[in-house]
Amino acid sequence: MSPILLEILVVSLGFGLLLAESFWGSKDRRILAWVAVAGIGAILLAGFAFCPADPVAPDARGFAAFYSADALALFFKRFALLTTLVVLVMSVEFLPAFGRSLEPSRPQAGFGEFLALPVILCAGLMWMASAADVIMIFVALELVTICFYILVSFLRRSSTSLEAGTKYLILGALSTGFLVYGITWIYGVTGQTTLGGIAQAAADPALSQPHLLFGLLFVGIALGFKVAAAPFQLWVPDVYQGAPTPVTALLSVGSKALGFVVLVRVIDAFRFNPELHAKLLGGVAVLAGATLIYGNLAALPQNNLKRLLAYSSIAHAGYLLIAVVCVAGPALGFYLAAYLFMTLLAFLVLTVVAEAAGGDEISRFNGLAARSPFLALALLVAMVSLAGLPFTAGFIGKFLIFAAAIEAGHWVLVTLGAVGVACGFHYYLKVVRAMYWKSADPSFPAIALSPGTRLTILFLIVAIFALGIFPQPILTLLR
Amino acid sequence: MNPLNLLILLPLAAVAGILAGAPARRLALAAGAGMVLLALLALVAYDGSMGGYDFLLSIPVLPDWGISYALGADGLSLMMLALTAVVTLCAVAVAPRQVENEKAYFSCLLLIAAGAAGAFASTDLFFFYIFHELALIPTFLLIGMWGTGERQRAAWKITIYLAAGSFVLLVGLLALYFALPPDLRTFDLTRLPEIVAASPIAEGSAKWIALLLILGFGVLISLFPFHTWAPDAYASAPVPAAMLHAGVLKKFGLYGLIRVAVPLVPEGMRVWTDLLLLLLLGNILVLGLATIAQRQLDKMLGYSSVMHMGYAFLGIASLNATGIGGTALLLVAHGLSIALLFALAGEIRQRTGSLDFSDLGGMATCAPFLGLVFGLAAFASVGLPGFANFAAELLIFFGAFGNGAPFAGFNTVQIATVLALWGVVISAVYMLRAYRSVFMGTTAGRCKGVTDLPFGSRWPLVLLVALLLLAGCFPRWILDRVNPSLKALPTLTAQR
Repeated sequence: MSPILLEILVVSLGFGLLLAESFWGSKDRRILAWVAVAGIGAILLAGFAFCPADPVAPDARGFAAFYSADALALFFKRFALLTTLVVLVMSVEFLPAFGRSLEPSRPQAGFGEFLALPVILCAGLMWMASAADVIMIFVALELVTICFYILVSFLRRSSTSLEAGTKYLILGALSTGFLVYGITWIYGVTGQTTLGGIAQAAADPALSQPHLLFGLLFVGIALGFKVAAAPFQLWVPDVYQGAPTPVTALLSVGSKALGFVVLVRVIDAFRFNPELHAKLLGGVAVLAGATLIYGNLAALPQNNLKRLLAYSSIAHAGYLLIAVVCVAGPALGFYLAAYLFMTLLAFLVLTVVAEAAGGDEISRFNGLAARSPFLALALLVAMVSLAGLPFTAGFIGKFLIFAAAIEAGHWVLVTLGAVGVACGFHYYLKVVRAMYWKSADPSFPAIALSPGTRLTILFLIVAIFALGIFPQPILTLLR
Repeated sequence: MNPLNLLILLPLAAVAGILAGAPARRLALAAGAGMVLLALLALVAYDGSMGGYDFLLSIPVLPDWGISYALGADGLSLMMLALTAVVTLCAVAVAPRQVENEKAYFSCLLLIAAGAAGAFASTDLFFFYIFHELALIPTFLLIGMWGTGERQRAAWKITIYLAAGSFVLLVGLLALYFALPPDLRTFDLTRLPEIVAASPIAEGSAKWIALLLILGFGVLISLFPFHTWAPDAYASAPVPAAMLHAGVLKKFGLYGLIRVAVPLVPEGMRVWTDLLLLLLLGNILVLGLATIAQRQLDKMLGYSSVMHMGYAFLGIASLNATGIGGTALLLVAHGLSIALLFALAGEIRQRTGSLDFSDLGGMATCAPFLGLVFGLAAFASVGLPGFANFAAELLIFFGAFGNGAPFAGFNTVQIATVLALWGVVISAVYMLRAYRSVFMGTTAGRCKGVTDLPFGSRWPLVLLVALLLLAGCFPRWILDRVNPSLKALPTLTAQR
């Protein structure tokens, strides 16, 4: 079975959901959500069972040349599917808030669309993982971004959601413009659109390097926007905070991870030209340093968990960029996998608790340990893993990335990273402090948890510990 | 099954049991007793004839990096494991009968114990490191939730400090790993000394690795000026947490210096000897004076535990087997004595509601047993003959005086030793003063009608005193087991 069937299945599921939404009438749309979860889950399992890795042959022509199904692509297709699955579960928990802020009289109206869009977006993410041609990259990226334009501003009665949507639209459109502009320059210099072709053309030392670098600069800016690297991170805090929480999770995990895959593929296309390659990595190193400093320092004073997670997502982009600089593929992949589990866990708990307590501020988590020990433990695990404590996946991720940086002798980045880790302990433990030390406001209602959500949380906790203790399976998948 | 593995899994299993609903206190106590039995069993069964590691076990975890869950123990690690087990048992035993959210409280204590046991039993540097970090969050929760005084500030400080220090340590360990020849890179402590002996680490990198290790471990051991987390945290921590942390966990850093820094980057350590001497004098003299100035027993004990780390550093700075043997002995002796003192402070607070010297006095008349044990503990802490601390400090001073770089007649290590000797006087001053103001003189209002420790609760204190006396009268028994691990250090034997 060709991996492209996976994308086709996902798109069909998305359209199916849209159709179902039209004919569902007044029946409970949570059923629809669980159908979507089951569908994505089935596709994920099918992907494991039937899709062998199949890299692009160097002499490939036509479709085969711009659709790569190597191990990296397969890994991130599964990554996108898993992310979407958890985001759909999160959407179910988000349903009450969704209804409140749209049409209180018909609380479930339009919820099917809110489920179908992430699924279609998922197909875009999966396509991005395989894109081996700059045009394909552009198309996939646009599919993802346009879905996000709608999703971010989905709560059209809420001014923060609309503000987030506008910001994302304007900056997203700008970055798209940069991307296309950069691509045309690269095409102009190399005469190629496939990454394989560009790689061969770029190996020619007679190539005009300034022109190529100029084009790459613009592509880099566009990708910097996607992965939230400083100084292209300005949109992140407001958009993350304003968007519906499941969308924020998708934005922070899916969009970022696949942005990194594209970044790695583009940089890798210039590996045959060591001089140019080194220049590109140097540029990324500067971005990494700036991102580490900005993300970690700006996260320190935050007292809204959603906004804190936004800044922490910038900080994690910094660590990930270190892996890009060191050309440490396994470290990057592992870190992203760890990031997926811990960030989604944090957002899932956030969705549940925010719905019950009526807000995202850290103070809403006061005394959570007494109100709901299970959720408190889950968020503790997520925070501890994000901070990078041992026996969690986050630690192994940091270990691999710092090991790569030390091996390559990037001591400036190691130092900045170490400062960042220390800051990280401070702001992640703020959440732990609220949950365990503070006493709860008696006005907070009890928190109800659906069995599906409980199961998902349990799965994420187990995954974080399992990867923290036995990391080898992920590294094997990435080979 | 491997006794070391059981020693780590037992407290973890107890945590699982407690969370599943078993009676927390009783299960924790049983786990502590089991740990002591296992540690004893390992001590007896240990085959020391080779002076190497016994009870080896290895399960590959990250084959790409050659990282395995590898356990093994030699004389030194067995002593540390025994200390961990004994202090865990006593800490659980002196924990209050009535405590809010009992499950979480005892789970946290057992997690700290498991982390310490894991760190001392690991022969893989990676696991050695991460087991120590396992204790971080339980400590944070214990101090923050059940502590006293400015507990939240103290918990915050200790956690951020230790997390940052550990990270520096991690960078140091990774730098060490990458300084090895590419085909021989390993985290395996049983093989590292041979590898380094065959192909020593280049001096340029050894120097910086040693600095990273000194700083990283130094923060964990509260080396001056990175000590500020310790007194506050110990003063605020619930008694069992203070006992476990000051008694056992803090020894991890010194153990690491002996295990990793001294044998693997000796040249690097030599470069920083003078810096280390300066800082350890800060511990002994500056913090010694700060200890005298304390007006509260818990704060004073916190400072004194930091101060005594100066001696331990002196033994390491001596870079010879006598001094380091003394440090190894001090790890055990100080671990027992500081745990005992914190336990006593807890009992006093429970009875009088205060640890301020001005509120206390004359307790010995109504609580003679507490008075007697406190006196013995104070003597041990000062380093009076008959207690293990005396033997340890003596060895450290001998070792340190016998080594060092030449400098105007005396060498720097000798000068530092002469200055450090004053620490003994300092600790006598504050310990005896503390004894006087708590137990002697006119009976203060708070201390009237105080009951002595009930007979059934005496055994943890008696056990600790007995072990201190035993180790003090027969230090040879411990040294005979520890020394082979030190003699195996290639650099130290070359010097003798």
